[in-house]
Amino acid sequence: MSEEFISPDIHHEHVSHESEEKAHEGLNTKVIWKVFWILLGVTIFEVGISFTSIPRTILLYTFVTLTIVKAYYIVGYFMHMKFEMVPMQWSILLPFVLIVYLIFILIYEGTALGLIVY
Amino acid sequence: MSTETAVATARKTVWGGGRSPFNVRWGKLYMWIFLVSDAFTFSSLLVAYGTLRHRFTDIWPRPGDVFTHFPFIHGNVPLAYVGLMTFILIMSSVTMVLAVDAGHFMKKKSVQLWLGLTIVGGLMFLGSQAWEWYHFINGSALEGPNEGAYFAPDGRVAHTIEGQEGVLKFHDGTTIKGEEAEHWMKSGEFFQGANLRRNEYGATPLFGNFFFFITGFHGFHVFSGVVINFIVFLLVSRGVLERKKDYELVEKVGLYWHFVDLVWVFVFTFFYLV
Repeated sequence: MSEEFISPDIHHEHVSHESEEKAHEGLNTKVIWKVFWILLGVTIFEVGISFTSIPRTILLYTFVTLTIVKAYYIVGYFMHMKFEMVPMQWSILLPFVLIVYLIFILIYEGTALGLIVY
Repeated sequence: MSTETAVATARKTVWGGGRSPFNVRWGKLYMWIFLVSDAFTFSSLLVAYGTLRHRFTDIWPRPGDVFTHFPFIHGNVPLAYVGLMTFILIMSSVTMVLAVDAGHFMKKKSVQLWLGLTIVGGLMFLGSQAWEWYHFINGSALEGPNEGAYFAPDGRVAHTIEGQEGVLKFHDGTTIKGEEAEHWMKSGEFFQGANLRRNEYGATPLFGNFFFFITGFHGFHVFSGVVINFIVFLLVSRGVLERKKDYELVEKVGLYWHFVDLVWVFVFTFFYLV
């Protein structure tokens, strides 16, 4: 049997210690609170501009953009995704391309439904 | 050694077993896979909401006109309460991430404190949601027995205005009064609040249906999260995780809890703001 073979041990998974340590750096309490203030600020800003007379379309795109910004901070920092391995990031995030596609086809469908005259 | 064999060797060592290819432990990875599937469920609900709202833009209620109540304040404070709910949930997400952080340093007392505060935050959010459902379901009935909406036989709806008797308001902002309004009130069907078949906020029951389903589904996630957090809190308090020298469990429930917060961010935007 070759030396390379290591029996899979489900109780003690081989997660290299060095990279575990590395994974936790960058997320200390200071960063956590910074992210909190960003999320709070963005939310207050969103509620604030929803009462202005800015055209609805511009508001819509602003809200969508800011929501994605908030999602980035929650997933990236709170859920630690920013510090995971790149292949893991792709494995989790790539399937959401399907959601973009779903939005596209159903908005199209919604418009078509509006053309039906009863 | 050629490049090809080098790549093959690297593959063998990364995916050959005996180690985690993503350098995370399987519990966390499985939680992520579950969260992806759950995210798809929520996405489908929100995209369905978007589609039908897009279809019925002309009669869809404006959330700013519906969610105008705030405890102890009489009058219109649109969206302030939902803003507060968002704040509560973001806050509980922060306490959760602090609990996970304390777990990395094996600080049992800190984990207990932050996890306890997370549970309190979750319960506050659930209470707020109950309050909001109560106001949504009862609607104008809370303001007076004569406030509410009149549904004409053709499905169009006119709403009373608080403090202005005999005046009715349509969705587009136009008003009628005098004889015209009286005729409308006589021929129309009076309705207060909201259920699955009808709501006073607009001419389509879909708005109520989506409200109950999406916020209800999310609220149930929060409820499950609070229960799971509580179980983990008990395990931490009894020293189970300390004996194992492993606070990964806090990390896993943390992921779920942040996901619940993440979903709320999207619900907040697409249901309340837009």
